[in-house]
Amino acid sequence: MSFAWAKPYQPKTELGRWFDDRLPLPRLVHGAVGGGYPVPRNLNYAWNFGVLSGIFLTIQIVTGIVLAMHYYASADGAFNSVEHIMRDVNAGWMLRYAHANGASFFFIVVYIHIFRGLFYGSYKAPRELIWMLGLVIYLLMMATAFMGYVLPWGQMSYWGAQVITGFFSAIPLVGEPIRVWLLGGYVPDQAALTRFFSLHYLLPFVIAGVVILHIWSLHIPGSGNPTGVDVRSEKDTLPFHPFYTAKDGWFAGLFLIFYAAVLFFAPNALGHPDNYIPANPLATPAHIVPEWYFLPFYAILKAFTLDFILPAKLWGVVAMFGSILLLFFLPWLDRSPVRSGHYRPVFKRFYLLLVVDVLILGWAGGATPTAAVVAISQLASAYYFAHFLIILPLISKFERPLPLPSSISASVLHGEKQESAPYGLAKTAPAAAE
Amino acid sequence: MVRILAFFVGLGFAGILLIALVLGLVDYAKEPPAETAEHEFYKHPKTLALASNGPFGQFDERQLQRGFQVYKEVCAVCHGMNLVSFRDLAALGYEEPEIKKIASDWAIEVPTVNPDTGEAMTRKAIASDRFPSPYPNETAARAANNNALPPDLSLIAKARHDGAAYVYSLLTGYSRQPAELLKKFPASKTTPGLHYNPYFPNLNLAMPPPLTSDGQVTFADGTPGTVDQAAKDVAAFLVWTAEPKLENRHRTGLAVLVFLIIATILGYLSYRNIWAEAKRKVVAKGPLDAENMAHREHAKGESGGIAG
Repeated sequence: MSFAWAKPYQPKTELGRWFDDRLPLPRLVHGAVGGGYPVPRNLNYAWNFGVLSGIFLTIQIVTGIVLAMHYYASADGAFNSVEHIMRDVNAGWMLRYAHANGASFFFIVVYIHIFRGLFYGSYKAPRELIWMLGLVIYLLMMATAFMGYVLPWGQMSYWGAQVITGFFSAIPLVGEPIRVWLLGGYVPDQAALTRFFSLHYLLPFVIAGVVILHIWSLHIPGSGNPTGVDVRSEKDTLPFHPFYTAKDGWFAGLFLIFYAAVLFFAPNALGHPDNYIPANPLATPAHIVPEWYFLPFYAILKAFTLDFILPAKLWGVVAMFGSILLLFFLPWLDRSPVRSGHYRPVFKRFYLLLVVDVLILGWAGGATPTAAVVAISQLASAYYFAHFLIILPLISKFERPLPLPSSISASVLHGEKQESAPYGLAKTAPAAAE
Repeated sequence: MVRILAFFVGLGFAGILLIALVLGLVDYAKEPPAETAEHEFYKHPKTLALASNGPFGQFDERQLQRGFQVYKEVCAVCHGMNLVSFRDLAALGYEEPEIKKIASDWAIEVPTVNPDTGEAMTRKAIASDRFPSPYPNETAARAANNNALPPDLSLIAKARHDGAAYVYSLLTGYSRQPAELLKKFPASKTTPGLHYNPYFPNLNLAMPPPLTSDGQVTFADGTPGTVDQAAKDVAAFLVWTAEPKLENRHRTGLAVLVFLIIATILGYLSYRNIWAEAKRKVVAKGPLDAENMAHREHAKGESGGIAG
């Protein structure tokens, strides 16, 4: 698809040719994730998390479909139907834990994938649309995960739904009617639960659709790489299959080991105990916290404590949505022509600061909001916005990047002159030359 | 244009946050939040070692039976378990006739309808019934308990932080209010009808101490029925009621891990195999090329000659 030297699909059997003439599906697969997709040869392990995201999306859809066969979306029966799955359905406990922890691991993988993109400038031309489609997937994932968390109808489910739909009531004038319209009532109840279930079943397939667009647009310029230098010749690439299928394959196994360890030995470590208490509209939990993957945004929401012209709550909600929406403008905020952070000494430092900053925000979002925690989350939120909106544009204007390698294959070969020299003589080679 | 706009938006958000930060700190300096008794006297749960802990943990069947006995004789007076049936006790090693007897001897009867008149009545429990609550509804439960609601115990070991350790600590944690606390926070004196317990988040618990003296429970297996032992055993039992499939989960997990580790090792080896030549193919000649091997032999010969 992308490069002239990409090997076209050649059916090996008579049946294969017959099929290919009528429906070139094998040809599509061959070009997408087979030998027909040339990939830069220097990808590091940060590039494995795209395929891993696909694996976790599949795990979620498969376990979710089976869970939906036993789940009962009723305000009276949802909680007990989940316990029915845990206790009476064959291997139901495994399905539910696989799904609940699968969501967490899906987010872990996607966060690494996003931060990979941030460091290696994957959002830069000509890959802006890939980046933006990725953000759309991420937003859909957040909506899906939130609605999925409501379905067991425990205390955190219920009060999480209260808080999140409450965001809309921050909008002046029309906010409250919108909230009531979204919930189908004044508080979360049967109407909300049923529509959340319906949408929770629908959205993963929408995600799968956007994933197809994401990969399609990726295949136009081809994958980026750690040097950020464009592919110039066939020497710079390897066919996806067997090289990257093998690399992705073994690494997926390694990652699934971590997933299985949590799933089977600490399945509730990432959840909240309050969600094992049935929803009770009359008893508010002491601390309402979202799932861990939303905590940085929750910290930003809570950091706005000042009614400055607009109410603090509205500032918080606008900032929280803004913190994700600003990522859509990243390709135009960071104008440095150098993609990879490896060759951008100033950018690299601020990038590290951003990673630490987001981790601090995550911690602050889950901590009990004492004065110190609020102050820290205000500082960290301020840095978050300053990083993307002020610092990044300035860096790209003033920074002097390091010299780039002339090509991908040249960068791979930095030690290879020695490698190809006669064994054991490489180090003494300069002396020998004299 | 985008960048100029972004600059001002960024300045706006960061500015408001920094103003809020300064104002918050000023407020804090002017009026530091009052210390609370909960903050100072709350204790984190004690550590509790159970056979079911850890990745390979399995239930101690005899301990679960003792725990069930504590539940039956002490807890069940106020707490039901609407997710656990009598017949589930088979997992603790009880035989079917025993379970039938336990159900029909149960002190609390289950609600039913008189088949002749249609009036509400109660009947003896059967094996397929859930462990009944003694109260017909929440209002009745609150009326009988000084407006506190005894929670259902089926999931309690998963519905609290540190589940089993919390249950154990709470049951053994009742004490008199420390004099220090009363001196420092006179307003926090435990009111009548509540009971001081430093393991409870707000320190004052409506449940009276259920296990009051050693020997309150006489275990069938001869284990001394101390308060500590009874609390441990019932905590272990509640781990089982909250997660009856725990043993199966641990066993399956082990098998899955072994499978994944072997698959990953094989995957890694095939990855190494596939990539072995990939890097060197960039250059025409690698160390295994005939030409380079000849060089190497030659070099060896020369260096050997110098040493000699």
